[in-house]
Amino acid sequence: MSYELKVDDKETTDRAAGLSQGLLGTAADRPEGVLKVTGRATYAAEDMPEGTAFGVLVRAPAMGRVELGNAPAVEKLPGVLAVIHDKRMLRNPAQGMAGEAPVQGVAEADYVGQPIALVVAGSFEQARHAAEVMEVRCLGEIRPVSPGAVEPEVPEKKQSSMGDLDAAMAAAVHKVDATYSTSAMSSAAMEPHAALAWWEGDKLTVRASLQMLKYNRAELADSVGIPLENVRILSPYVGGGFGSKLGVSPEVVAAAIAAQQLGRPVRVVLNRRQVFETITRRSETEQHIRLAADGEGRLTGVGHDALVSNLPEEPFSEPVTQATPFNYEGAARTIGHRVARIHRPAAGSVRAPGEAVGVTAFEIAMDELAVAAGIDPVELRLRNIPAEVPGTGKPFSSHMLAESLNDGAARFGWADRAAEPRARREGEWWIGSGVASAFRVNMLSEAEARVVLGPEGAIVETDMTDIGTGTYAILGQIAGELLGLPQEKVEVRLGDTAFPPGSGSGGSIGAASTGTAVWLAAQEVRAALAKEMGCEPDDLTLKDGRATCGNISRDIAELISGESLEGHGHVQPGDASSKVKQATFGAHFAEVAVNDVTGEVRVRRMLGSFAAGRILNLKTARSQCHGGMTWGIGMALTEELVHDRRDGHMVNRDLAEYHVAVNADVPPLEVHFLEERDPWTGPMQVKGIGELGICGAAAAILNAIHHASGVRLRDLPATPDKVLAGLEELG
Amino acid sequence: MREFDYVRATDTARASVEGQGAETRFIAGGTNLLDLMKLEVMAPSKLVDISRLPLDRIEEADGGLRIGATVTNSDLAADPRIRASYPVLSRALLAGASGQLRNKATTGGNLLQRTRCPYFYDTDTPCNKRSPGEGCAAMGGETRNHAVLGTSETCIALHPSDMAVAMRALDAKVEVQGAGGETNSFAMEEFYLLPSDTPHIETILESGDLITGVHLPAPRGDRQVYRKVRDRASYAFALVSTAAVVKMEDGRIADAAVAFGGLGTMPWRDPEVDAALTGEAPSRALFDKAADLLLREAEVTDGTAFKLPLARRVLRAVLEEATA
Repeated sequence: MSYELKVDDKETTDRAAGLSQGLLGTAADRPEGVLKVTGRATYAAEDMPEGTAFGVLVRAPAMGRVELGNAPAVEKLPGVLAVIHDKRMLRNPAQGMAGEAPVQGVAEADYVGQPIALVVAGSFEQARHAAEVMEVRCLGEIRPVSPGAVEPEVPEKKQSSMGDLDAAMAAAVHKVDATYSTSAMSSAAMEPHAALAWWEGDKLTVRASLQMLKYNRAELADSVGIPLENVRILSPYVGGGFGSKLGVSPEVVAAAIAAQQLGRPVRVVLNRRQVFETITRRSETEQHIRLAADGEGRLTGVGHDALVSNLPEEPFSEPVTQATPFNYEGAARTIGHRVARIHRPAAGSVRAPGEAVGVTAFEIAMDELAVAAGIDPVELRLRNIPAEVPGTGKPFSSHMLAESLNDGAARFGWADRAAEPRARREGEWWIGSGVASAFRVNMLSEAEARVVLGPEGAIVETDMTDIGTGTYAILGQIAGELLGLPQEKVEVRLGDTAFPPGSGSGGSIGAASTGTAVWLAAQEVRAALAKEMGCEPDDLTLKDGRATCGNISRDIAELISGESLEGHGHVQPGDASSKVKQATFGAHFAEVAVNDVTGEVRVRRMLGSFAAGRILNLKTARSQCHGGMTWGIGMALTEELVHDRRDGHMVNRDLAEYHVAVNADVPPLEVHFLEERDPWTGPMQVKGIGELGICGAAAAILNAIHHASGVRLRDLPATPDKVLAGLEELG
Repeated sequence: MREFDYVRATDTARASVEGQGAETRFIAGGTNLLDLMKLEVMAPSKLVDISRLPLDRIEEADGGLRIGATVTNSDLAADPRIRASYPVLSRALLAGASGQLRNKATTGGNLLQRTRCPYFYDTDTPCNKRSPGEGCAAMGGETRNHAVLGTSETCIALHPSDMAVAMRALDAKVEVQGAGGETNSFAMEEFYLLPSDTPHIETILESGDLITGVHLPAPRGDRQVYRKVRDRASYAFALVSTAAVVKMEDGRIADAAVAFGGLGTMPWRDPEVDAALTGEAPSRALFDKAADLLLREAEVTDGTAFKLPLARRVLRAVLEEATA
């Protein structure tokens, strides 16, 4: 049996409010936390079976037809088992939710850094040396590597227009017309991508570091050319993903092919440089934004045109304008999307694809409009909150942007902020503050889960992953809440394709999607318990291992008399999204100091106020927002993948030269959640929280830089050289 | 990484003998050498481990301090005598790398750390420093982290050290034990070589030469400032850094020693800058003149052009602080 739910309509009853265990919304610890911090949680590259061989990928140093000049000699090097140059190997990772192989092949290098062979040896050191001495030649011209060097594609479905923006701009009392750019960025997850593959007959098992196993299983099967049912993927622990592990990646397929060919387990771990250049990056963007407003700062027109890039044949392009159709008022609206097909490493999803960079640029433009109109930037935003999605009549499922702005402003002390820039100076430092709204679309995805209640407690099983987000914690809380068990009596088992397929981790879908599947599975178990108790499920109270119905109360273990009860949950998105617009909202506030001598920027404090439906776990949700805001600091100030202008290769491909924010860059971060229930997201009324914290965070910092120093930067990141150029201009 | 022989030196005098050979390298903290070996940018056939030699002491000598070659960056920065009399060195050390790296990195090793030019680290691109005569991929490429002073037709790689910048301002001398057992002492400007047409030769060290220590003379000035500008608050190399050691008398600069990081192919100091400051009353015009002198022969690319206004501003601020 299975409890099925298709989310077509709203569910106004807060069903969780009627439950008794008291686990939802608490700051419960991660059940696997101790294993992780004591090194006992095994990641993809650990737990090697006896006889594991080691593979190292070889990169293309140029573009064109690949020749491996000395492969026979390399194969004779000490310890080397094989040089694998197999047409099934991947050019780049699959895009999120692809469910099929990405572009394959090693005969031709489409970008510098593309993996074109795998050297396998008895030790890692032997394989690494052999890979280094491999003489790879690429016989071809360097193809265009710069977005400005090609005529971009203009996909018809991604252009939209309503009203007359040009007329609105012409009639505007206040306006902004500017171009913004954001840099290419890397997820830079702590755990490098790794795979450990072995075969038993025609069955392939892979330990890998991946986010969405049901899709990854299909991608791997399709890549290797075997039936889906012969593939099992295990990813119980994933050391950070941020989108970089959404799709199956080159090391996974290479390990599977090598293990098949050699008849022994093969491990392939990407080194840090390979993570940077082999795994999908966030595209750089160029965004032309136009805002037209009346005398009161009310938007009458919005234009947002984005240019992004990707390799030929990649279906993904950074959806920069994803929040623009619904962010603010503005009857005239023109949205454009262009894709430059160039030969840099592939672009793909990186935390909050679209909004992370699109909201950031838009929110800088809003700050410029506030300055132009002489209106407080919080007030300007409040004046432009739409009652429904502009021009469509479609209502929002829930919408707490105004509350977020007001709550954040009050807590941050916004009222004390000087209206004019360059109003506060401490020694060499200009001090100022900035605000930005946060928007992120909310999505539900199909998910299944199994819950088994036995005498010792409950077990939750799904192939869902925990990429550091807190999935183990929240799924245990949900099952414990419904079954009346303390969290330690619920064991959550994740990251195994032998379990029912969950949603996977990505796009902030996990909590609402897989969480609801667990909810449904546990409801099925509750119904069975109610039957045992002889009452209706709604009349049943489960708490601390006891079932109570009217004046009858029994121990649950005794009630099921040593047997176990199983429930299966299955949730699918219905047509709710055609009836309402679902998104999460928030507000970022930042105070920065800008050094007048050097152009260095230090963030002094940051505060985020967010609304994302029911918050299942205060601690893990807050950590997600801390992470997003920290990423915002990186995007604002330091992170930039540098591509060589001549051949597009990544120049700064290690953690010394690609600058993520370090501890010293991150000030105290304050996170507040607003009480919200979204009736359109299923019985728990939750929305995703994994990505909201990055959306707009960098804009609050850039806007604060302007308020502090008077320097308006439209080209991120705001490194000292750029800030200094602005300071010199101001004199 | 290629296979190599490993020898643990147990006797300082013998270490120089064991260290002979064009393909032999000494290793102490290994914070830079091991990375380079893994990438096969460097591929020594033999490593002589000097980390257990008794070179980890800081002693008073000739009116100053003698720092053993294997004193770690962390220990050196924390030494009370360094903090009291050579604070510029302490600050420079703490501005470099990360806590973990400073715990391993040594004084001698820091002097010999290689450039962070990304093309030097990329064996798929030509580099005259890595493979003499091969060409330079940095020129015409991405050069934000490159040098503007002391560059040549063949190389624009930057010297990345913070420590060595402070040491240059402190008139440090590098003590080198030769293969024959004799010890010589070299001023920093003698120790380091400009790239010229041999960018692969970075110092005067020859086969078997072992840095045994660094001597700091008594400080010439009590006003010491180290300022480093970088892309993030920690764990980033300098865009521009400046070390100043200044002595004031009667409102005039009686003595000035100013050294720079982030600008030169070696830790930079220009005697004309020091001379222009000495004897003068501090003023903005004077500091600007010093900056003009410093940068008079600077060669910039589109990537490094920002360093000139930045260096100018940092020099002015550092001198204002040191002479205030």
